[in-house]
Amino acid sequence: MELLAFGKTGWGDELFYATLMTIAVSITAMLIGFVFALIFTPLKLSKYKSLNLIGNFYTTVIRGVPELLVIYLLFFGGSGAIMYVAAIFGYFEYIEINAFITGSMAIGIISGAYSTEVFRGAIQSIDKGQFEAAKVLGVSKFIQFYKIILPQMLRLAIPNLSNVWQITLKDTSLISVTGLVEIMRQSYIAAGSTRDPLFFYSFAAVLYLLLTYLSMKLINRLEAKYSRGY
Amino acid sequence: MITSLPKLLGATLITLKLLSVSLIVGMFLGLFFAILRMNKNIFVNKFAYGYSYIFRGTPLLVQIFIIYFGLGQIEYLRSTFLWVILKEPYWCAIIAFALNTGAYTSEILRSAFQTIKPGIIEAGKSLGISNKIIFYKIQIPIAIRQSLPAYGNEIILMMKGTSLASTVTLMDLTGVAKYIISTTFKPIEVFIVAGGIYLFMTFLIHNLIKYLEKKYSFQ
Repeated sequence: MELLAFGKTGWGDELFYATLMTIAVSITAMLIGFVFALIFTPLKLSKYKSLNLIGNFYTTVIRGVPELLVIYLLFFGGSGAIMYVAAIFGYFEYIEINAFITGSMAIGIISGAYSTEVFRGAIQSIDKGQFEAAKVLGVSKFIQFYKIILPQMLRLAIPNLSNVWQITLKDTSLISVTGLVEIMRQSYIAAGSTRDPLFFYSFAAVLYLLLTYLSMKLINRLEAKYSRGY
Repeated sequence: MITSLPKLLGATLITLKLLSVSLIVGMFLGLFFAILRMNKNIFVNKFAYGYSYIFRGTPLLVQIFIIYFGLGQIEYLRSTFLWVILKEPYWCAIIAFALNTGAYTSEILRSAFQTIKPGIIEAGKSLGISNKIIFYKIQIPIAIRQSLPAYGNEIILMMKGTSLASTVTLMDLTGVAKYIISTTFKPIEVFIVAGGIYLFMTFLIHNLIKYLEKKYSFQ
């Protein structure tokens, strides 16, 4: 137990901050994923074949390629790509991107592909009559989306989004390979310096279980809130 | 780009080996635990539930690390014959993958067993077929057919999961891709080739499952 003590003698406080880091990366990645989903869902549902193609390309490639490969691409290629863009604007200094941003971006791109599929499914399962009724009433496209489609869509999407959240939370363990100190990386460091990997990795497993359990509880409440009246 | 292809294709074989062995072991584990889940004894039931809950609630990376780095710490294990297996990263990865996919498979099969209409079992009973034969010849085939689409997704997820073997020094497709990236600093080219190989495998698995679904459809 003294291994988990707070302060200089144990790893308690380090693991606590690492857990906060995991939560922070998961939330950031989930939000980045929503941004991607907001861009690609309309593309997938568009009337135009070429736009469909772009949307399908994104979700197919990201969901068919291992997460670790996407992380390596961004980790090794990310700063190169930014420097290339910067060079166009006449900036030639070395740019290093912070591990938090690279990590959340990589996981965000992955979770965005899953979120896109969830949103597409939710919009498609909304009754066609809802769109037609909005059109007949002369509601503008913007209001139609925010006041009619989005509220109905959220109710349908929440159970599946909770799965995406679980996947995202577990995927954050992979960005430990880039050196960002989250639960997995901190356990690796602690296991290395105390020569007690069994204890620290098991403890990491317990932390992840706790996080998935607590987020499930929270999401169930949200689900109950949004399905009022059904 | 072209020079890296033979190396990556060679590594694909290791990925495929990891995938197939862990899927076969995982299938049996999944079936075993799905049957335990339907047991009326509350302890047996809870044990199977706990297994699937723990393995589905923690990242695969943690599971691999516990098995590869953690188990080696137990002195007793080092003296038994198990050590022959547990000192090899290859077998550790397979144990972790099999346990992980077994947990997901057990959930898939359990829900498939639950969707079997009671009428089918009752029909079997009224024909005087023994419970054992009803289970092996009626329930299991129907459950397997029912779970095909979900199991197809699981195979693809597991294929992506095998990339984690590279974290325990195995040179699978992702491991070799990372090695080439870090020596040549050409991340995009290598990503295109390695990603293309993974996508091709996804495509094959997807079509195989589609074919099987059609072949064993109920009509």
